[in-house]
Amino acid sequence: MTTAPLIEVEDLRIDLDGRSSRVAAVEDVSFRIERGETFGLVGESGCGKSITALALIGLLRRPLSVASGAIRFEGREIQSLSAAEQRDLRGDRIAMIFQEPMTALNPVSPVGRQIAEMFVLHKGKSWREANQLAVEALASVRVPAPERRVNDYPHQLSGGMRQRVMIAIALACGPDLLIADEPTTALDVTVQAEIIELMRNLCAERGTAILMISHDLGLVANVCRRVAVMYAGRIVEQRGSDEIFRACAHPYTQGLVDSLPRLGTRAAHGRSRLREIAGVVPAIADFPSGCRFNPRCAQATEICRTTAPETTWLDAGGLVRCHHHA
Amino acid sequence: MKLGTSLIIGGLLFALAIVVGLLAPWLAHTDPVMDANLMNAEEPPSWLWWFGTDAQGRDIYSRVVYGARISLTVGIVSQLVNSVIGVTLGLSAGYFGGWWDDIVNGLTNLMLAIPSLIFALAIMAVLGPGLTSLLIALGLTNWSFTCRIARASTLSLKSQGYVQAARVLGYGDLRIMITQLLPNMLGPIIVIGTLGMGSAVLAEASLSFLGLGIRPPFPSWGSMLSEARDQITTAPWLSVFPGLAIFLTVLGLNLLGDGLRDILDPQSRSRRT
Repeated sequence: MTTAPLIEVEDLRIDLDGRSSRVAAVEDVSFRIERGETFGLVGESGCGKSITALALIGLLRRPLSVASGAIRFEGREIQSLSAAEQRDLRGDRIAMIFQEPMTALNPVSPVGRQIAEMFVLHKGKSWREANQLAVEALASVRVPAPERRVNDYPHQLSGGMRQRVMIAIALACGPDLLIADEPTTALDVTVQAEIIELMRNLCAERGTAILMISHDLGLVANVCRRVAVMYAGRIVEQRGSDEIFRACAHPYTQGLVDSLPRLGTRAAHGRSRLREIAGVVPAIADFPSGCRFNPRCAQATEICRTTAPETTWLDAGGLVRCHHHA
Repeated sequence: MKLGTSLIIGGLLFALAIVVGLLAPWLAHTDPVMDANLMNAEEPPSWLWWFGTDAQGRDIYSRVVYGARISLTVGIVSQLVNSVIGVTLGLSAGYFGGWWDDIVNGLTNLMLAIPSLIFALAIMAVLGPGLTSLLIALGLTNWSFTCRIARASTLSLKSQGYVQAARVLGYGDLRIMITQLLPNMLGPIIVIGTLGMGSAVLAEASLSFLGLGIRPPFPSWGSMLSEARDQITTAPWLSVFPGLAIFLTVLGLNLLGDGLRDILDPQSRSRRT
């Protein structure tokens, strides 16, 4: 096998074509994911996480497009592949699960058939074999009585079951990378934990790398070995996930950490409000100049308003994009 | 109406029409064309002549029974042609968009602007009367509604999570259209299809009535009505029975379309179980 990382994103810039202007929705995004690694992408809604993921699988549609930079899968540049080659990659080598298990399954097709279709499509199996494999796939995501469940329609399943089916579909062909875009946001907390556990175990067994996208820093840090925090289209901090809670370098990350409720703090420090980050993520069209976080940042100074910070390497390992990093 | 009732009534009516058409040689009392006998002309309905006889003394019952063959053939075949054309154009236009969508849209609007009966008349005038030209004329003139429905469904389905998911999972365009989009729009397409079958039966009747469809002496319900119009006051049974046959068949098809939509929607299916 090659020594190239499984996926490598370099200086990615994604443009949004407006009627009169072009603006960069995502800029200077670089990261790499090794085989079998778990990597998290965290940020508020609208910061560019999901479109970065879509760019990875070559599915950006107008008005969005990759303006510059490179995305390499096993050293091969995704942008340079033909449409058919990209399609062969999707579902087979790179799979994805979504936020909405309610709508991500075809309502008029039994779930078994939807799993089986993956084997027919990517592995060239006959429908007979594929149906058999679908039962096994359903059993592997711990759906009880899989041989009966394959005939169920999505509306007959609960949200958690549907997300299990989605995972079964995504992992059917043994992909090298699983992109999980807010996989548990629509589920309740207990089911959430089960699904995360299941996804993590299955991927660990098969050596599948995970790119997990979420707004929930706690969840991502729990699942992933490394975390990148995105803000307004840029990665502002990239660290090992155990370090990010201990000593985060960027004020935005600090804000995210502070906004998480902690067990036991009330007993120790008495009743206190959760701290939030003031303001909202700016719209793509009016990103502020300089550091994009400066209007919301407590530590902002003059240089933050005029000059965009470069990424700097931290001594403790990891990257940060801030003029005042600790 | 209770779920399923319309399906059963409509299904029975349509099935009855089909069975009558298939078994026409055994059900008919006389040959619908040859057995003319002026001695029996314009007999009212009786035990001997169930539906009465016409001016040439032919048995109306036998002619109505044989007429089912022509009416149903025209209804089913021409609507199938319409559905295939409409779905193919509408689905591809909605899916790909762009210039192809513009062309299909223009064509659909053009078809909707021309009264379909007039257009069918024009085609019939070129091709000449007969069953084949009827099928061609009606098959080419009524796809615009199906096309619109297919296009509109495609546009709304395209943004559904599972269509996006299919793309992410490596489905090609054709596979997405066939496995994801088509099955999900089948409900309205079938409803439009059965309604269209009904209107094709009516259109056949109209064209035959105007003398451009099935030519006498062959019995189609429309041509029978056409022949009966002079005697509508003196021998009303000549128009009543073919008219009733058209009415029941079209009613059956409409009810069937309604009932099918109910069972084809998986959500309503679970509501019942």
